[in-house]
Amino acid sequence: MSGVALELRSLTLDYGVRRAVDSVSARLEPGAMAALLGPNGAGKSTLLRAVSGAAAGSAARRAGMVLIDDVPLEEYDRAEVARRVAVVPGQTRVAFPLRVEELVALGRVPHEHPLLGPRAADRAAVDAAIERVGITELRGRDVRELSLGERQLTVLAMAVAQGPRLLLLDEPTVHLDLRHQVAVMELLRDLAARDGVTVLAVLHDVSLASHFFGRLLLLDHGRLVADGAPSEVLTPERIRAVYGVDPALVPIAG
Amino acid sequence: MTTDVATRRLARAQPAWLERLRHRPLWLGALGLAALAVVAVAGVTLGGVAIAPADTLAILGRRLLGWPVAVTWPASAETIVLELRLPRVLMAAGVGAALSLAGVTLQGLLRNPLADPYVLGTASGAALGAAVALLVPVQFALLGFGLMHLLAFAGALGAVAVVYRVSRLGGLSSLTSVLLTGYAVGSLLAAGLAITMYLSGQNLRQIFFYLLGSFSLASWPQVAVGLPIILLGSVVLLTRARALNALLLGEETAAHLGLDVRRERLVMLAAASLVTAAAVAMAGLIGFVGLVVPHLVRLVAGPNARSLLPLSAIWGAAFLVLADLVARAPTELPVGVITGVIGAPFFLYVLRRYRGGYEL
Repeated sequence: MSGVALELRSLTLDYGVRRAVDSVSARLEPGAMAALLGPNGAGKSTLLRAVSGAAAGSAARRAGMVLIDDVPLEEYDRAEVARRVAVVPGQTRVAFPLRVEELVALGRVPHEHPLLGPRAADRAAVDAAIERVGITELRGRDVRELSLGERQLTVLAMAVAQGPRLLLLDEPTVHLDLRHQVAVMELLRDLAARDGVTVLAVLHDVSLASHFFGRLLLLDHGRLVADGAPSEVLTPERIRAVYGVDPALVPIAG
Repeated sequence: MTTDVATRRLARAQPAWLERLRHRPLWLGALGLAALAVVAVAGVTLGGVAIAPADTLAILGRRLLGWPVAVTWPASAETIVLELRLPRVLMAAGVGAALSLAGVTLQGLLRNPLADPYVLGTASGAALGAAVALLVPVQFALLGFGLMHLLAFAGALGAVAVVYRVSRLGGLSSLTSVLLTGYAVGSLLAAGLAITMYLSGQNLRQIFFYLLGSFSLASWPQVAVGLPIILLGSVVLLTRARALNALLLGEETAAHLGLDVRRERLVMLAAASLVTAAAVAMAGLIGFVGLVVPHLVRLVAGPNARSLLPLSAIWGAAFLVLADLVARAPTELPVGVITGVIGAPFFLYVLRRYRGGYEL
């Protein structure tokens, strides 16, 4: 596929007098994997919300542009955005008893007929997503019984069922043990490589990000201070400047 | 901890027949309609005046469906069946469906298992309206409705409108703040109700009777005005299945699934309040139906709103017709008492049986 999967053009977001995101520009090609890094409060999650269109309902004032598949975000209707962009939050709360397959099926909401409901293609997509993520044995289980790792894989399966071209993740590996962190990362890599899904993930774990992501975007005080391969972005001076810690403490894998 | 988890899982293991039903919502619907038909026929057959079930069916068949049946019953039997019991059963069914649908919607929208149709102030608004009507010396009756019904209806809708407006100040409010505003407005109205009742003197008993709910005054004109309102709101609620499903994981996720969260919230609140206000105006405050029926249906059929909404409407209708039947069996008791007496222990049993807990 040609074109640009996601493009930010001097994106700026203000909450009242606070500037959360300050003229950020970046382009992601289809199938690219980029990690959004930065200290707490740097504007990472806010940026993600602007791309997903969810910030439209909030009090943020937006300047600049977000383009998805070369078309400005506001020219899509909501359901069309949801068919192209899936969002995985760091934590998912379930208010009512819900089974794994029922949660995954929620990913088909933007595709199904508003009144008639899911069709055969929707059910097939749910089965395929469950298999892809490797949670077949969890299908009938109550989501609230699952471990945090299993639950996060279930939410990922929901995003896969949504069939997006662009996958946004907000700290998808927070609270997960090492095995599940790697499982999530490998699934993302597989989605990008085999399906050409563009992946943009907010991560806190710098070493995990630099190991699995070919490209890092470093945010500080709402500004994009570095954009490139891990070895270019994570220089000792920059880590000291952005995170305020001694870079010797941060192990960085090639 | 391990044993705790093990027992929790055991407690939630469902019997095989329940598990099969879960995947057959149409069967559950058919079963519910059959139950509704049975209690409805019982509802027009049984009562203070004994009329044989065969006669009841013959009366209904002759008058409603045009069956050629020879008249072998006294004229009074026909009046009792057609003018007293039939509208009463229809009203109970309509109110049961309305309260259950509103319960499902508000529980899903507010993501709160404790929500019921009255949670946003409808109950106290309606109660205050009804109580004020009894204090006002002006009385009128139009199509079977008096000032009390009118003010109860207006009070219920007015209370929700205030809750919605107040909680909306400063953009789209969080659902918690909607809920808390509902609680605050409800408390304020309850204080107003207390004062009104204190001042009402002779009318206290009448207010009290209204607060407990009853179908004893059901009539055709009331059914003709009330049921279309309930039907209209119910149709709107039944089409919200997709939105309610998207809201299962919260408003943020719902927005990511392409939902116009602000619009859906307004539509659902308006429709749920409309059917609740109509139900409350017709029959008073009948508790537990809107809380218990959605939970029971959810336990059997799962949380998918595509089955949960229609199944709750059907089973809620059947439940309230049955409760009304029990309420008038020995002597005329308030139906709200019966729904509490049946509903609360059964609900507690089910909660213990499926001790899974809810995440708030």
